[in-house]
Amino acid sequence: MESSVLELSEVSFHWPGRAKFTLSLREFALERGETVLLLGESGSGKSTLLSLICGTILPNRGTIRIAGKDITRLSGGARDRFRAENIGVIFQQFNLLPFGTVADNILLPLQFAPGRRKRAGNAKAAAAGLCSDLGLPKDVFTAKANTLSVGQQQRVAVARALIGHPHLIIADEPTSALDANSQAAFLDLLFQQTSAHETALLMVSHDPRLAERFDRVVRMEEIAQIERAVA
Amino acid sequence: MILRLAIASLSARALTVGMTVLAIALSVALYLGVEKVRTGAKASFTDTISGTDLIVGARSGSVQLLLYSVFRIGNATNNVTWDSYQEIAGHPAAEWIVPISLGDSHRQFRVMGTTKDFFEHYKYRKGQPLEMSDGVIMDDLFDAVIGADVAKSLGYTVDSPIVVAHGLASFVEHKDQPFRVSGILAKTGTPVDRTVIVSLEAMEAIHVDWKTGARTPGQSTPADVIRKMDLTPKTVTAALVGVDSPLRTFALQRYVNEYPKEPLLAILPGVALQELWGIVGIAETALLAVSAMVVVTALIGMMATIFSSLNERRREMAIFRAMGARPVTILGLLVIEATMIATAGAGLGLGLLYCGLVVAQPIVDSAFGIWLDIDAPTLREAVVILAVVGAGVIVSLVPAIRAYRMSVADGMMVKT
Ligand SMILES: Nc1ncnc2c1ncn2[C@@H]1O[C@H](COP(=O)(O)OP(=O)(O)O)[C@@H](O)[C@H]1O
Ligand SMILES: [Mg+2]
Repeated sequence: MESSVLELSEVSFHWPGRAKFTLSLREFALERGETVLLLGESGSGKSTLLSLICGTILPNRGTIRIAGKDITRLSGGARDRFRAENIGVIFQQFNLLPFGTVADNILLPLQFAPGRRKRAGNAKAAAAGLCSDLGLPKDVFTAKANTLSVGQQQRVAVARALIGHPHLIIADEPTSALDANSQAAFLDLLFQQTSAHETALLMVSHDPRLAERFDRVVRMEEIAQIERAVA
Repeated sequence: MILRLAIASLSARALTVGMTVLAIALSVALYLGVEKVRTGAKASFTDTISGTDLIVGARSGSVQLLLYSVFRIGNATNNVTWDSYQEIAGHPAAEWIVPISLGDSHRQFRVMGTTKDFFEHYKYRKGQPLEMSDGVIMDDLFDAVIGADVAKSLGYTVDSPIVVAHGLASFVEHKDQPFRVSGILAKTGTPVDRTVIVSLEAMEAIHVDWKTGARTPGQSTPADVIRKMDLTPKTVTAALVGVDSPLRTFALQRYVNEYPKEPLLAILPGVALQELWGIVGIAETALLAVSAMVVVTALIGMMATIFSSLNERRREMAIFRAMGARPVTILGLLVIEATMIATAGAGLGLGLLYCGLVVAQPIVDSAFGIWLDIDAPTLREAVVILAVVGAGVIVSLVPAIRAYRMSVADGMMVKT
């Protein structure tokens, strides 16, 4: 059990409001350095699950352990801090603060995570190193984020998720805004980085073609039950 | 870095933010400007006369007495007899006394008969004495000293002739006794600027041929005959009195107010000026209230701007949240933003005020006799600036709390 980066058990969550959506999940775990693709239809609760893992929403029941710590027992502020320290997040698109420079964006999570900042060492140098590893041109570092192409922006988002080497990277359909060629290149870079640092990766997608590159593929319906009631 | 990002976020919205800053700046400049004019006007007003302990006139209201004796507005209902005047002058508490005799005019300016002592004892702006800008104090019976505004608007210089009209707004002029300008006073910003000053005897001399307001037909006494006549006045309009010790002011005031031979009134000019300002000042207070409302409007405008930016910035807030920012950090970010807008607005407003003052100071001084000081910001102004920034922060809490709620509800997902 020591090696689990992520462990969910008996989790249940429902969105409040008129369109009821309930997600129940018995068991789900991610090992250290493991890469998992989570497939599911649109609206099947994938993003909801990722929000639970990140601790921006709290389950009504159950435990969510990250690196051995049950985040459901933490206060809101402590969960935010814990997320900053331990999880790198990549969205589908519009990952970056458009008015900040690339450097600003990459260094942003370190603002909220002193421990992770320490791990990063010389943060600027680490960020620049990640940029060159991810094949971003040198001069991009000081450029405003909104001057970058979509593919470049996604790579900056990867650099931001990786800086300070958190144990877990959560990616919510990060390739869906990219064309097929860029998708492949993007995944190459992502896997290069996660395997180099034994980082676990949980990536969500509705596209089964990506499956072969991951250690494991999980379908949403295999691990979770969804109830919908239209009021 | 968060602060730098906040600034970067603001500059990415430079146009709307700039407009908001400008609106706040203009409103702050307006408010401080009105405040400046108000204090300047009040200071100039209450500094109209200083060094005089009592003003004595026939019994009426204290404001009325102040108005005609100092501001030359309106008329005395009654005069003070020369005997009473002499008796008050002889009171042991009276250190000096200066008579004032009004009633005639030259063009639109009032003519005042007095003694040379007037130039010694009349003080304004914290004890500043009158000064001649040209010529000398009247020496001859038919000499006149004119105020700066009189000289300027009528184009008079030393030695210009003056014809005095009897009564106010009268076209019957005392053509027989032409006066000569002997001196011109330097600008004071007081009603003295708009006064023609002659001697008390000259005031009598003008009226030698006049009985009860109409000219005695066929009579025209030559100047050299008048010079030989006894020109001691029968009455004066009012008198300025200096008291030897402040403690005796009230004793003399009571003596005058209880004077048995005729109903007289003695007022403390400072008190009467305050009383008069209480009436005049209401308009200025209303103006100040209006400009305060303008400041409030500008701040509400800022609130609306922040509010309307919230939706398009949901994404930005979700990114902050995903990176580990707490909802309170989002709230803080918006409050910091508002603080910067309000501070920039207030600072720019202060700058505009000083630019405005540099331009307006000489114009306002010459046009209204109101002196606007250009000093470092006063404590009061600093308080106003701080209040604007503080109000900006408070007002921004409304959209900031909404953003807080949104970021708690949205978490890191934004429905697109
Ligand atoms: N912020 C929210 N508030 C209320 N309901 C939500 C919210 N986000 C998602 N939901 C509900 O959860 C359901 C699943 O959404 P989501 O987790 O985004 O699915 P997926 O990512 O698989 O497309 C949606 O049908 C929606 O009704
Ligand atoms: Mg989704």
